[in-house]
Amino acid sequence: MSREDYISMWNTSKHFGSVKAVDDITFDIGEGEFFSLLGASGCGKTTLLRMLAGFEQPTLGNIYIDGQPQAGVPPHHRPVNMVFQNYAIFPHLNVHKNIAYGMRKSGLTKAEVDRKVDEMLELIKLPGYGARGAHQLSGGQRQRVALARALIKQPKVLLLDEPLGALDKKLREQMQLELRALQRDVGITFVFVTHDQEEAMTMSDRIAVMSLGKVLQIDSPTHLYEVPKVKEVADFIGTINFFEGSIRGRRNGSTVIDAAGLGTVHSTAAGADAPASGEITVAIRPEKFSLTFRQPNVQTNVVEGTMEAAAYLGDRSHYYVHVEGREAPIAVASQNAQRLLDAVDADRHDRVWLTWEEESALLLSA
Amino acid sequence: MTDRSQTLGVAYAGQQTSLVFKARALFLKHEWVRGYTLLSPTLLVMICLMCLPLFMLFSYSFWTQNYLDIDKSFTLTNYGAFFQKPIYVALMMKSIRMSLFCTFITLILAYPMAYFIAFKVKSNKLVWLILITVPFWTSYLLRVFAWKVILGFNGVINSGLISMGLLDEPLQFLLYNPTAVVLTLAHAWAAFAILPIYVSLEKIDRALLEAATDLGDTPTERFWRVTWPLSLPGVIAAGLLVFIPTVGDYVTPRLVGGTTGIMIGNIIQSQFGKANNWPMGAALSVISMLLIALLVVTFIVSTTRARAKTS
Amino acid sequence: MTDATASSLTARKAAEDTRGEETPQFVQSKHEGYHWTSEAPMFLYAVWYLAFLYIPVLFLPLFSFNDSIYVAFPLKGFTLEWYGDMVDNPALLRALENSVKVGFTVAVATTFLGLFAAKAMTRYHMPGKGPVTSFIMLPLVVPGIILGIALLVITNQLGMELSLFTIGLAHTLICVPFAMLVLISRLEGFDKNLEEASLDLGEGAIQTFIRVTLPLAWPGILASLLLTFTISFDEFILAFFLAGNEVTLPIYIWSQLRFPSRLPMVLSLGACILVFSFFLVTFAEVMRRRGVGPQGGAAI
Repeated sequence: MSREDYISMWNTSKHFGSVKAVDDITFDIGEGEFFSLLGASGCGKTTLLRMLAGFEQPTLGNIYIDGQPQAGVPPHHRPVNMVFQNYAIFPHLNVHKNIAYGMRKSGLTKAEVDRKVDEMLELIKLPGYGARGAHQLSGGQRQRVALARALIKQPKVLLLDEPLGALDKKLREQMQLELRALQRDVGITFVFVTHDQEEAMTMSDRIAVMSLGKVLQIDSPTHLYEVPKVKEVADFIGTINFFEGSIRGRRNGSTVIDAAGLGTVHSTAAGADAPASGEITVAIRPEKFSLTFRQPNVQTNVVEGTMEAAAYLGDRSHYYVHVEGREAPIAVASQNAQRLLDAVDADRHDRVWLTWEEESALLLSA
Repeated sequence: MTDRSQTLGVAYAGQQTSLVFKARALFLKHEWVRGYTLLSPTLLVMICLMCLPLFMLFSYSFWTQNYLDIDKSFTLTNYGAFFQKPIYVALMMKSIRMSLFCTFITLILAYPMAYFIAFKVKSNKLVWLILITVPFWTSYLLRVFAWKVILGFNGVINSGLISMGLLDEPLQFLLYNPTAVVLTLAHAWAAFAILPIYVSLEKIDRALLEAATDLGDTPTERFWRVTWPLSLPGVIAAGLLVFIPTVGDYVTPRLVGGTTGIMIGNIIQSQFGKANNWPMGAALSVISMLLIALLVVTFIVSTTRARAKTS
Repeated sequence: MTDATASSLTARKAAEDTRGEETPQFVQSKHEGYHWTSEAPMFLYAVWYLAFLYIPVLFLPLFSFNDSIYVAFPLKGFTLEWYGDMVDNPALLRALENSVKVGFTVAVATTFLGLFAAKAMTRYHMPGKGPVTSFIMLPLVVPGIILGIALLVITNQLGMELSLFTIGLAHTLICVPFAMLVLISRLEGFDKNLEEASLDLGEGAIQTFIRVTLPLAWPGILASLLLTFTISFDEFILAFFLAGNEVTLPIYIWSQLRFPSRLPMVLSLGACILVFSFFLVTFAEVMRRRGVGPQGGAAI
């Protein structure tokens, strides 16, 4: 099987003056993995990518690619290639020459290079585009050419710096799927930088969520969403409701918490790094609530409230429910599986009840 | 983590000890090392051609001319001579007055032009910019010479007016006076003044102007309350770019200034020519430079203070 | 036209389209005062200003064809005699040759220095970049006479002979800032990522420079060569102090100004130089401003 520490970052830091762009990061990326660095702008994800490419050198710590330390290795000697945010297609060269740019030292004859370029054009579904000028390409085509130009080098790792950010929504969604399929075909390790969580979740095997130069959590998309380990991650990925609470004890394998706004909460959510007693934060995603207009026949994990606002979004609806003991309303999302012509009227301040499963109440440190 | 890094650290220790490798690592790690390496030839040339000569000029000003030799013992004689001979001080002050006047005229003439290109020209900005810039690059000597031809006793204006029957005899006052010098200098430095003003006007966010109008300013109010303050840095830069070089000019006064139009530059030049007193010439240069620097610094400090106060 | 050029031009066009009209429509009707700042008077002023810039120098070519040794109206008649004088003048031709030699060398040298400096300034974060830039720009604001005599005294102290070489050094000093400015705005005009992409694709620094930087900076390099050549070719103030026995064209002209009889010949020579410089510089300006926004490159 492929090695799991194909790329290794060991206590890697990058300081720009007094700013710690990347702050003591240690993790591995596996061979053949589609790995995303996700975070808001300025979180250090691009700096990390540029350190992998060799454009920045770590201030402290080390980076290994396929077991080789990369300190002091200039960008042009690294086994990685990059797709730039704005693609950096050479404006003075045509498509063919752009793709063949890195092949000068490959030892191949011109005919062999030409053949490889044609293969690449097939791969990116732009056959016959070789003679086009760089400025004759659309955004999506530029992105593909940038991809081909990097892939023709058969890098060990392909770095992608928000390569879909400049495309419109439809094209972006199409390219996400294509990119994922391409990565499976070529089997190269992809390191993908993005600030778009949906994009990261669509494509990645694993995602590293970054904030202020630190990695908060590295996990599969499902785990990041269902079992976030810290409040920042829970908050960053999707929407979530937080409730302050304190642990009262354990009963029948579940933790019992007194939470402001929810009353007594029973939780079996596993895997969180929350403390076993004391102050705690309960986190519940909007869609994990079920909302009813009649009092449900359950004793635990139920709370009564009044409807404050409702938004009908077609496939689903968002409700905001006010509960006793909590200032902000609880966000609730529900799929409109049935036709819903008699829309909920929030102005009536209907009495509603919210219920949730024990496993849906996540426990995070306060 | 630590034991992992130790194992691999040993495995690659051989690679890391090579001196070349270390040098390259340093080169890669510090961007400024790369930057300054690339910059060093240019910097070296500028140091050799500017700093060393200026330093030598400074030393020279403390020496004395001894007929054909230079007496290299330190003395302040030259500086004493400057303050003892009223002609030097008067000439210095006159040069500064003329330069200030010339700068003022240049700025007043240039501002509307810069404003026009920045705000009113829509489709052919490049053409206008090039039209403005081209005369600036062409021969300074010839541009000044052209004015001598125009203003001369038998020049274009006089002969033209006489041949049209508007004058009986040539006007004496056109050439060989301070006004002719100021006019010629203003013409010669016009392009230098327009560009910085244009750049600062071009940078102004048009939304600010719309906001000012939206908040009830008339176009005139808007100009004085928004456009003018925001273009001030450009105006100041333009002023300095014209003022500083014109103080030391000797070509224009020599060609169109006559005896009343001479400036400090002419005296300095003559010290290296007919008068042949290089140390005195050096001292005059040093004094001019210091005086200009003093004026510029005072001006910049006072304007930045004034602007800090108003904003 | 390069791609970066095209996109920056389109972006500029779009920006101009949206904001071009300085005063929005509704304001025009609201404020009657709008009309006094309308286009016509400003346009007239601009035309007048251009006339002020250009007409004085146009008298040189005009009188260079006038059949009289006096530069005065009324014009006497058309002649090419003065141009003929120019061609048969060995001293003048010698000065011309010298000017070309110095100008060419200075242009090549300063464009190289300017390119290195511009690359360092635009591509690297360096502490003290501001002061260093100001230092290199200093010759633009120090009065020419001071630079000239400073170079004269050090040449004298080092025991060097005044020659075309010393003129060349002086011209190098004043041309480097211009070359650097022109090239900085050119290098800023294209994406730094292009060079990084080349490094990333396996080309070293030198190959990247040859395969990416040079082709993209080419218009700027050409502009820098032409402008620095013109500056050196036309420069008088410094050359006056640093010329030895061999003189350049402007110094030759200066020496001829003492002789009224030579005036017509000087006029025709001046006319030639003006026309020559005009075309060279116009071409250079077109090159350097192409693809660089109206702000870039206009900084000097």
